[in-house]
Amino acid sequence: MAVTGISQSAAEASSGPLDSLLFRYTLYHADDNLVLAQRMSGWISRAHDLDEDIALANIALDLLGRARMLLEYAGQLEGAGRTEDDLAMFRSEREFTNLLLVEQPNGDFAHTMVRQFLFDAYQMELWNRLAESADPTLAAIAGKAVKETRYHLRHSSAWLVRLGKGTEESHGRTQLAVEDLWRFVPEMFDSDEVCDHLTRAGMAVSPSLLQPAWNRWVRDTFSSAGLEIPGDRFSRSGGRSGFHTEHLGYLLAEMQWMQRSYPEMQW
Amino acid sequence: MVIDARQLQRRLEEVPDPELPWVTISDLGVLRRAVVEEARVVVEVTPTWSGCPAMDAIRESIRLVLDGAGYKPEQVEIKTSFSPAWTTDDITDAGRRKLARAGIAPPRKPAEKPLGDTVCPLCQSSRVREVSEFGSTPCKALMACRSCLEPFDRFKEL
Repeated sequence: MAVTGISQSAAEASSGPLDSLLFRYTLYHADDNLVLAQRMSGWISRAHDLDEDIALANIALDLLGRARMLLEYAGQLEGAGRTEDDLAMFRSEREFTNLLLVEQPNGDFAHTMVRQFLFDAYQMELWNRLAESADPTLAAIAGKAVKETRYHLRHSSAWLVRLGKGTEESHGRTQLAVEDLWRFVPEMFDSDEVCDHLTRAGMAVSPSLLQPAWNRWVRDTFSSAGLEIPGDRFSRSGGRSGFHTEHLGYLLAEMQWMQRSYPEMQW
Repeated sequence: MVIDARQLQRRLEEVPDPELPWVTISDLGVLRRAVVEEARVVVEVTPTWSGCPAMDAIRESIRLVLDGAGYKPEQVEIKTSFSPAWTTDDITDAGRRKLARAGIAPPRKPAEKPLGDTVCPLCQSSRVREVSEFGSTPCKALMACRSCLEPFDRFKEL
């Protein structure tokens, strides 16, 4: 479509086709982390206790830091002079390529934790594998990210068990969040031409290869938490090609407002 | 311009961490390399935790040191290297002692070691517990001492 087409053709004009694919692939993961960092930041000052408030803010900060590294690298790959800030603040909804899961609203605490857990388990295996990428920059960023993700996954897994095994209320809300978010799970393991090409070049990891480890982690945690894994059902996808749920637009409007109103402004 | 390369090198090593000003970027292992030449300086730093906002401040402090030594911005290159990824094992022994003196339990070494040998930096008791894996900065966990009952920070293993 036209919108992603702009950045694509700019990248192809300035560098090889592999760089252009790597630009898009790097952007996938930058966008996942940026959008989820923005969502998690929404909890600051609103968590149920101070320790948890601090934990959520820290996780958001890790995700944001990772997004910054990836966006900066994406800008270099594109070779059109766009900085991390340009890519974060001056792309529209149709140009964002994050997974639909991460843009879903925070909902209650159970919703936030289930969303975080499903994504942490995915990122754990993603960075684990990408640390072996033939692309040295991606491998280096992955090598860093995997160590931090261990902390995130331990945190969200512990919460799933605590909520699932807590009261009837907390269990019910958590199972409801699982039922509600499950339709965004298959998208995490969908491949496309970007992933296929780069996997053959040894630079990316095919999303389907992430699923066995993810399944194991989810099965073990759900079993300790007394939660049920939903059966097959209607699923939604499209995030990687810029087709989002209605929630992303509102998130971007808030995140980008300052730069859109006062372009180039600095703190 | 006459520059004492060794002295300037030392001043770069002594740039303090903005959050933990009693340790330097060299103590933390954040400074990977500083090559001082007459007409050019190349400094290589590596981030600790990805989101740590101190990195921007550290780059700024390095620029100020070099500016003070008479280098123009175009003669200075500050590179960020991600590989090999920074680990808390890069914190020097001197850095660990300074952290402990400031009331922050240093990270276990090697970082994979199980919890157990962290002692309370205030009363040296080994009867400690972890309150939260997330603390006041990305690099710290929140601990409490069962002996003196005081809370304290632990530099979190990475």
